[in-house]
Amino acid sequence: MLNLLSAALLIAAVFAAPLPSNAAEETPPLPRQEWSFFGIFGTYDRASAQRGFQVYKEVCSACHPVKHLFSRDLAELGYSEDEVKAIAASYQVTDGPNDQGEMYQRPGRPSDPIPGPFPNDQAARVANNGALPPDLSMIAKARDGGPDFVFGLLTGYKDPPPGFKLLTGMSYNEYFPGQQIAMPPPLSDGAVTFADGTPATVPQMAHDVVTFLTWAAEPNLEPRHRTGFKVMLFLVIAAGIFYAAKRKIWSTAH
Amino acid sequence: MADIHPAGTGSRIIRWIDYRLPFVGMLQHELYEYPTPRNLSYWWNFGSLAGIMLVVLIVTGIVLAMQYTPHADYAFDSVERIMRDVNFGWMLRYAHMNGASMFFAIVYIHLFRGLYYGSYKQPRELLWILGVVILVLMIATAFMGYVLPWGQMSYWAATVITNLFSAIPWVGQSIVTLLWGGFTVGNPTLNRFYALHYLLPFVIVAVVLLHLIALHRFGSNNPLGIDVKGPQDSLPFHPYFTIKDLFGLSVFLLIYAFFVFYAPNFLGSSDNYIPANPMQTPNHIVPEWYLLPYYAILRSVPNKLLGVIMAFGSIFLLFIVPWLDTSPVRSARFRPIYKWVFWLLVIDVIALGWVGANPPEGLVVTVGQIATFYYFVHFLILFPVIGKVEQPRPLPVSIGTAVLRHSEGAQLGTAGAPMVKP
Amino acid sequence: MADLAHQNVTGAHSGETRRDFLILTASAIGAVGVAATIWPFIDSLNPARDTLALATSEVDIGPVQVGQRLTVAWRGKPVFIDHRTPEEIKAAEGVDVSSLRDPQADSARVKKPEWLVIIGVCTHLGCIPLGQKAGDDRGPYGGWFCPCHGSIYDTSGRIRQGPAPLNLVVPPYEFTGDTMIKIG
Repeated sequence: MLNLLSAALLIAAVFAAPLPSNAAEETPPLPRQEWSFFGIFGTYDRASAQRGFQVYKEVCSACHPVKHLFSRDLAELGYSEDEVKAIAASYQVTDGPNDQGEMYQRPGRPSDPIPGPFPNDQAARVANNGALPPDLSMIAKARDGGPDFVFGLLTGYKDPPPGFKLLTGMSYNEYFPGQQIAMPPPLSDGAVTFADGTPATVPQMAHDVVTFLTWAAEPNLEPRHRTGFKVMLFLVIAAGIFYAAKRKIWSTAH
Repeated sequence: MADIHPAGTGSRIIRWIDYRLPFVGMLQHELYEYPTPRNLSYWWNFGSLAGIMLVVLIVTGIVLAMQYTPHADYAFDSVERIMRDVNFGWMLRYAHMNGASMFFAIVYIHLFRGLYYGSYKQPRELLWILGVVILVLMIATAFMGYVLPWGQMSYWAATVITNLFSAIPWVGQSIVTLLWGGFTVGNPTLNRFYALHYLLPFVIVAVVLLHLIALHRFGSNNPLGIDVKGPQDSLPFHPYFTIKDLFGLSVFLLIYAFFVFYAPNFLGSSDNYIPANPMQTPNHIVPEWYLLPYYAILRSVPNKLLGVIMAFGSIFLLFIVPWLDTSPVRSARFRPIYKWVFWLLVIDVIALGWVGANPPEGLVVTVGQIATFYYFVHFLILFPVIGKVEQPRPLPVSIGTAVLRHSEGAQLGTAGAPMVKP
Repeated sequence: MADLAHQNVTGAHSGETRRDFLILTASAIGAVGVAATIWPFIDSLNPARDTLALATSEVDIGPVQVGQRLTVAWRGKPVFIDHRTPEEIKAAEGVDVSSLRDPQADSARVKKPEWLVIIGVCTHLGCIPLGQKAGDDRGPYGGWFCPCHGSIYDTSGRIRQGPAPLNLVVPPYEFTGDTMIKIG
């Protein structure tokens, strides 16, 4: 038993131990934020996610698609059916071919995906100095550090330290690997006016858009947590009953 | 109890079938009456857990296969559709991917249990070998399964691992082209991996059945490593071990459920949520945790072909373990030197895992080389030598007396003389 | 010794009932667990959310003139929308319902008499009846004609001749505006 415990502790210690690195520039450790969705009882703050969607729509969507999101998904953030229809209709969507054989534009429907700003990757690169703005629907899961990383990136723009070689067209960012990123600082105080009156500071907008993006990457987090709780509770009780039954059955064995 | 015609409701139908196909009677003997050593510890739960995980993976896999599209242009999106739109799709997907990790954890513990208690020793050599066959099939299945979501790590792990075969002299590159079905990993590769990933688990089922048949030939080993000498040493599998397995299952499910519902991406790589990009390699290509030790061995050897040979060799070495070990005694409980050396192997494998997880620089490289060296020394030198050199402790007379003495001591609080069993 | 034996008997008896109860409870818990686990597997086969999102179609029927017919897709099937002429309406309403193979009054098949909305799938073996396009054979009743096996439908989409057993199905729909209908 002791050996098992030692082995388990060893495994944990070995994998948790930070590795001494020879990297010249270290990415500083990400500051941990307070997220409503953190932890086993976490949920998405709907108000924050709606503000975040507004930030996405008014700032980020100029360059970044969210191809895995459908307009109908927004209903989960608390928008009414009419609001969802209106949001969907605010986009022009390519449909067709029609009976003349042509593709045509029409207002979006809730069943349509939210259209991206560019028709393809090449067009996106042309508009962004050769850099490809990544799709954001998975970004909160697709980067080490997750939501904390995206928040750090959005708030981590600063002047480069003396002696740092910044290439043309790049911006210095504390948390981006390599410390230089092709995206110029996307957020500035007051860039968006929130409908609920929350002051739109950069950290606030970053916090809200990260909540939105985490929801976009993991929309089933809340049912997952709820089901998980029921499952774990059931299993604890089941384990208890099975253990009692085991003891009882084995009591006659010796 | 040897009645192959069970009485009770529905028994006429069962008797009719059983007379023509003695399936029920066989199950009755192999599952209910099957004499099991009475002193099995919880380390013996892991076999049934492995079987259950195989079933879970197959069932979740089939249901996922109904929604998945095995084409390079659609695979990633079809997985996201499962996660977002398919009813309970997120649960099935997370259960399947974490289930694979659980399956390996269970099988590794099961394997190390075998190494510690000498379960591979005569007459169970073939049982052990079948187990290693299952492990090899699992590794192949898991590797191909990981490619299917067509994320960055899927694509690049496929590229790296299939490229290993180019180390084979003369025909290596032709073999790689054959595996790929093209000039790089691409859609043909994905499709064939999908077909094989669907097929191999059923091959595993067949080998598991052989594994169980081999097991039932001589029965289970036990922590003392001595043979069952009579009914006083054993208990019928049902109800004693069915309930113990059920309890063990519920505890295991708690751990499994924790991963599925609260930390579903902890064991995976965030890079796999980026769609595969053949034009851009991720910074660190890392396999899933259960393949890290082999990956570490591969990278620790400076020569490409030798690295490949030693990485595969580390698994194939397991096939000859029954003949490498020279000890006259099975269980490490009675092997004063091997008892401690065993733990060196455990630490070594964990160290190899750490090496595989980290970029090959500095300390990682040194540890990797030492750990790889030790791994082969452990099996090829220590196993044969320790068996010959060490003085095993005296074995108990039988399982029954050992168990009785233990329980007597516990009840009376004295180390009384062993009761003579009639 | 007798006391001990007696104690053993009663002890064994209550032990047995407790063991049975435990086993019963354990079995019940196992069964509940298995049942609860099976449901997600089965439900995953039900239409997914993206399929359900396409379960309703909104159609603007404003451009459809009197006497014109429009075909739209709904849940993968064609839906015939007929802006009926007064003659067609009269013919549909004037039929003796009891003489029909599938008795149904015209008023039971429309919400507004000038609009007929029916699924364009023949109730015989599933072909798409002719009659939507100008120049199509509409059959002797001016409705629809199925070329596969000769089923003939009237201006209310009811089966009059031929092998089809039932009238063309009216899908669930409602008017969300004067010229907008939502099907499904």
